[in-house]
Amino acid sequence: MPIWEFLQKYSSVLMHGTWVTCLQFVLAVLVAVSVALVMGIGKLSANPLIRGTCVVYIELFRGTSLLVQLYWIFFVLPLFGITLPNFTAGFISVGLNYGAYGAELVRGAIQAVPRGQWEAATALSMSPFARMRRIVLPQAIAIMLPPWGNLLIELLKGTALVSLISVTDLMFQAKQINASTYLSAQAFGTALIIYYLFARVLITPSMRWAEHAVARRLGRS
Amino acid sequence: MNVSKSYGKLNVIEHLNFDVAEGEMVSIIGPSGSGKTTVLRTLMTLETINDGVIYVEGKPLTHMAKGGVLVPADERYLRRMRTSIGMCFQSFNLFPHMTALQNCMEGPVQVLGLSKKEARERSEELLHMVGMIDKRGQHPSRLSGGQQQRVAIARALAMRPKVMLFDEVTSALDPEVIGEVTNVIRKLVTEHNLTMLMVTHQMGFARDISDRVCFFYGGKIEEQGTPHELFGSPQRERTKQFLSAVKEAV
Repeated sequence: MPIWEFLQKYSSVLMHGTWVTCLQFVLAVLVAVSVALVMGIGKLSANPLIRGTCVVYIELFRGTSLLVQLYWIFFVLPLFGITLPNFTAGFISVGLNYGAYGAELVRGAIQAVPRGQWEAATALSMSPFARMRRIVLPQAIAIMLPPWGNLLIELLKGTALVSLISVTDLMFQAKQINASTYLSAQAFGTALIIYYLFARVLITPSMRWAEHAVARRLGRS
Repeated sequence: MNVSKSYGKLNVIEHLNFDVAEGEMVSIIGPSGSGKTTVLRTLMTLETINDGVIYVEGKPLTHMAKGGVLVPADERYLRRMRTSIGMCFQSFNLFPHMTALQNCMEGPVQVLGLSKKEARERSEELLHMVGMIDKRGQHPSRLSGGQQQRVAIARALAMRPKVMLFDEVTSALDPEVIGEVTNVIRKLVTEHNLTMLMVTHQMGFARDISDRVCFFYGGKIEEQGTPHELFGSPQRERTKQFLSAVKEAV
C-alpha cells in the first residue's frame, strides 16, 4: 500500500496515538522534574536520613530497567492494594525513572554553582530556603538545561514502553496496525518519523528557547 | 575572644584575642596563609570556630545562651546576628541573574522585609553613592571588575550593617580600576561611622585610611599599631621582613 494511502486510512488512529504519547510525555515530564528537584536537592541535605532516602531512590530507579519498573507499578502494586489505571501507571513509571536521572543533573548543577554565591547569600543573612530558591536554583537551572534537553528526548522515547501495558499511545497504535495489516514498514516507519519530528520540532527548539531565555536573565545574550 | 580555627590538623587561627572599637577602621595585613581572610570569614560566620567566642556589640555572635551557658549558635540565631555584619569579597560574588539594582534590593526585601519601593529607594541611594546609579539596570556580566565591586559594596551596605568586612576587595582588579573601589571605601571612612575590617595587600591604602593596622603571622597578631607605628617603625622581625618584601615587590 502506498504511503499516502496508508496515511489516509490510518491517520486518525495515528493522530490519536500521537496525542496520547503527547499527554504521557507532558505528564511524565512533570513527574520527572518534580522528583528530580526533590531528590537532587535532598541528596545534598545535611540530614543523613533525607540524603540516604534520596540515594536509595536514585540508585533503585536508575539501576533497574524501566520496563521492569513499569510492570511492577502496573502488575505488582495491585497485590499490595495500590491499583493504578494503565494510563496513570505509564506516565508515573516513566516520570519516576527519568526523574532519578534528572536528580543527578540537579545535584550536579547545584554543586556547580560557585561557592561564592552561597557565601554572598549567607552574608546577606538569607535563609537556606531563600538561598536555594532565589540565588542557587536560578543559576543551577542555567547549568542543567542543556543536559535536560537530552534527557527529555530520552524520556519521549521511553514513553513508547507504556504500549506494553496497553496505553493507546503512538507505539501501541503502530503495533495494532501492523498486527492487523502486516504493513510493518509503513506502520513503524510513520511512528519513527512522528517520534523524530516530536523531538526535533517540539523538544529541541523549546529547550533552545529556554536556554536563551535563561542566558538573557543572566545578561549573557 | 580566645578564638581558634583549624582545618583538620592545620591551625589557621590560634587563640586569637582581637577587639575592634565602634567606628574603628582596622586593616589586616600579612603573608598568604597567615589567617587574615579566615578572621573575616569567621566574623561573617562563614566558617565555624573550634574554640572561643566572637562577640559583636557585647552579644555573642558564634554562640547563644541556652540554660545559662553559651552553646554553638543555631542557624536561626546566626541569621539574626549576621544582619549587623556586611561583607565584600575578593571575587565580588554578585548574583549574575540579577541587575545591579536587584542585587542591592535582594537582601532588604528578602531578609529585612522592606517593601520593594523602600528597598529600591535605599539601593538607588547607595548605587548613587558608589557612582553606579547609571548602571543600575545592568547585569554583572556587563560590568567591569571595579564596577562589580562597587555594586557589591552597595549591596552589603543596603542591609545597614554596623560592621563591614572587606576581604581583599582590590586583589582581583586591574590596577587602573583599583582607585574606583578604594575611593568608595575612603568615602565610607570619612562620611559614615561604620566599624570596618579590611584585609588588604594595598599597603599605601591601609596606611592612609586605617586607625589601626594588624600584621598577622601564623594565625596570630604578630604586631599591631597605628599605621604610623607599624609602617614607620615596626618592632618585630617578621613585620620588618614582610614590609621590606612588599616594598621590594612594588
